[in-house]
Amino acid sequence: MTTLLEVKDLEKHFPITRGAIIPHKVGAVKAVDGISFKVEQGKTLGLVGESGCGKSTTGRTILKLTEPTGGHIYFDGQEITHLKGEKLRRLRQDMQLIFQDPFASLNPRMTVEQIIAEPLKVFGMHKEERQKRINYLLEVVGLSSYHKERYPHEFSGGQRQRVGIARALALEPKLIICDEPVSALDVSIQAQVVNLMEDLQKAFGLTYVFIAHDLGVVHHISDQVAVMYLGEIVELGSYDELYAHPKHPYTQALLSAIPEANPHRKKERIVLKGDVPSPATPPTGCKFHTRCPFAEQRCRLEKPTMKVVSLTGQEAACHFVEEVSDVVG
Amino acid sequence: MEEQYLLKVDNLHTHFFTKTGVVKAVDGVSFSIRSGETLGIVGESGSGKSITALSIMKLVPNPPGRIVEGAIYYNGEDLMSKSEKQMRRIRGNKLSMIFQDPMTSLNPVFTIGRQLVETVRAHRDLSKRQAEARAIELLTLVGIPDPKQRLKNYPHEFSGGMRQRVMIAMALACDPELLIADEPTTALDVTVQAQILELLKRLQEELGMAIIMITHDLGVVAEICDRVMVMYAGRQVEFTNRIALFDHPKHPYTWGLLDSIPKMEKEKRRLQAIAGHPPDLRYLPQGCYFADRCKQATEECKMHEPTLTKLDDHHLVRCLLYEDIKVEST
Ligand SMILES: Nc1ncnc2c1ncn2[C@@H]1O[C@H](COP(=O)(O)OP(=O)(O)OP(=O)(O)O)[C@@H](O)[C@H]1O
Ligand SMILES: Nc1ncnc2c1ncn2[C@@H]1O[C@H](COP(=O)(O)OP(=O)(O)OP(=O)(O)O)[C@@H](O)[C@H]1O
Ligand SMILES: [Mg+2]
Ligand SMILES: [Mg+2]
Repeated sequence: MTTLLEVKDLEKHFPITRGAIIPHKVGAVKAVDGISFKVEQGKTLGLVGESGCGKSTTGRTILKLTEPTGGHIYFDGQEITHLKGEKLRRLRQDMQLIFQDPFASLNPRMTVEQIIAEPLKVFGMHKEERQKRINYLLEVVGLSSYHKERYPHEFSGGQRQRVGIARALALEPKLIICDEPVSALDVSIQAQVVNLMEDLQKAFGLTYVFIAHDLGVVHHISDQVAVMYLGEIVELGSYDELYAHPKHPYTQALLSAIPEANPHRKKERIVLKGDVPSPATPPTGCKFHTRCPFAEQRCRLEKPTMKVVSLTGQEAACHFVEEVSDVVG
Repeated sequence: MEEQYLLKVDNLHTHFFTKTGVVKAVDGVSFSIRSGETLGIVGESGSGKSITALSIMKLVPNPPGRIVEGAIYYNGEDLMSKSEKQMRRIRGNKLSMIFQDPMTSLNPVFTIGRQLVETVRAHRDLSKRQAEARAIELLTLVGIPDPKQRLKNYPHEFSGGMRQRVMIAMALACDPELLIADEPTTALDVTVQAQILELLKRLQEELGMAIIMITHDLGVVAEICDRVMVMYAGRQVEFTNRIALFDHPKHPYTWGLLDSIPKMEKEKRRLQAIAGHPPDLRYLPQGCYFADRCKQATEECKMHEPTLTKLDDHHLVRCLLYEDIKVEST
């Protein structure tokens, strides 16, 4: 198996500046704060975690839509951390992004046809072939050819998201970073799109980084899952294992918070106390200690590192992995 | 004796008059909601959920959109006859909405703080300082850390979920009587979603607020909705209470919807999807709009348009399968 994407100690800090005339840095939002993972060719890494924990920033940094402030990114055997100019442009063909916000990411002045045609034109595809490809792409994402002449504002939320997916698929990239691609879709279309993405993955050997907060969908599509909290990865493992035996207390809380589509079953919830701390002033020690039901003195002082916690290579960053997983079973 | 409703929508038709034809986005929707009640609206993407909500707020973009038929009563008052000026006083005050697209509803050139303060002051007679205090209180309520500092940020400096929470804060700014929430937790992770749902439930108990919850998350429906309306191609296809929706769903589309939910089981298998696409709302077929995707469909379904049929006091369904067992005692 070959590794298509590797991220090592990746960091993205946004400076906080004050002063309108002479801006000076007074701090930093540590949106991504030293994360590492690998994604094998043809596989899917799911990236989950609380709102604001740095998932989108991770995706945007990998695509070099924003410059990393530290760490390394390797793609297809090549370090791309500081790639620029023509090389970066060529790389972009192989890496695509499906945006979280379908409203802000589509040009309102272009018809759907023009939106999808754009990358194909840049690629130099002829008009006739382009037409065929556009019709095909619309078909696979569940839109009809009569949608072609419409503008984004004439679509519902879910329909717009499908336009974004069609555009990302246009050039058959190697890697697609999917930033909550199905969050805005109703479940029946969610199922269609997830099935579609799985089919495309098999057919073209696509590799996905699949960002989501819906653990049901992540569970379904991912080979590996990384759980993020405040800019760091706290647990990483194969999907079955993570769901069967979550080791980190945060993962356990996330799993317990999923609302179940069954009005008769009341779930036992692990309710996290307090609010998500600000990424500008993260807590000392383990960043999760302010909300962790098991936190002790050591957690406030000492930062836990990722440790292998099972035979299959599941990893978690918690001082009390053994004790904690005993509690939940 | 007619029951006292907070909002009553009667035979609403909202159409878009485009160059290529008339899009019948909402085509004959009726429902009502009482104070303190939560009504869920679920349905296929593009089925008219948001346009139904925007119609109630009288915010349908015109042109090309227009309410062509129907009536909307709020507290017994006819909203259709209200002027834009009167509507502005009602909106954001008694009647409030969380919009589906947080980025386009926040102004990118103003700070979050300024926008919140303006919203608060538009409806309340507060000093700037008081309004700012209220803004901080609201951000705290929706779980934004470091709220005082965060007021100085611009929308692009917030994550998707945080922008969504700002929208929720704005909608709650004036303790509305009716909150229309269009996919309010879609951009949020489950732990924050759980907090927001708790918050809405609490506000509902404290203030008797009614909620129209538009969502595609049937887990959310199972958790907080009293009654649920299922929409397909601009119409209601099923309308019932929460328990019956999950225990005795009647419409084949609802069956498909319930089957599509990704299950958290160990075996990874293909998700169940409903094959096919919804119809073009400009050229609607004869007969049932769902017929060409429906496994139960007969020739008759393609000929005859089903009517919304009352199965019992709590269950309406639009499907020929049930038309012969209509109860006569209505
Ligand atoms: N400005 C417009 N011009 C033409 N058609 C429109 C316009 N706005 C919406 N529509 C159409 O009206 C229909 C209903 O849209 P609406 O936004 O209510 O869907 P929805 O049920 O909220 O979907 P979603 O779950 O994807 O948000 C859609 O088919 C859409 O294409
Ligand atoms: N351009 C920016 N300037 C300053 N701060 C930023 C910027 N972009 C993001 N941030 C901050 O970085 C943090 C991480 O944001 P990010 O969008 O990556 O979160 P996320 O995990 O994708 O959340 P969500 O699930 O809500 O989309 C947030 O605290 C956000 O406010
Ligand atoms: Mg994001
Ligand atoms: Mg909508």
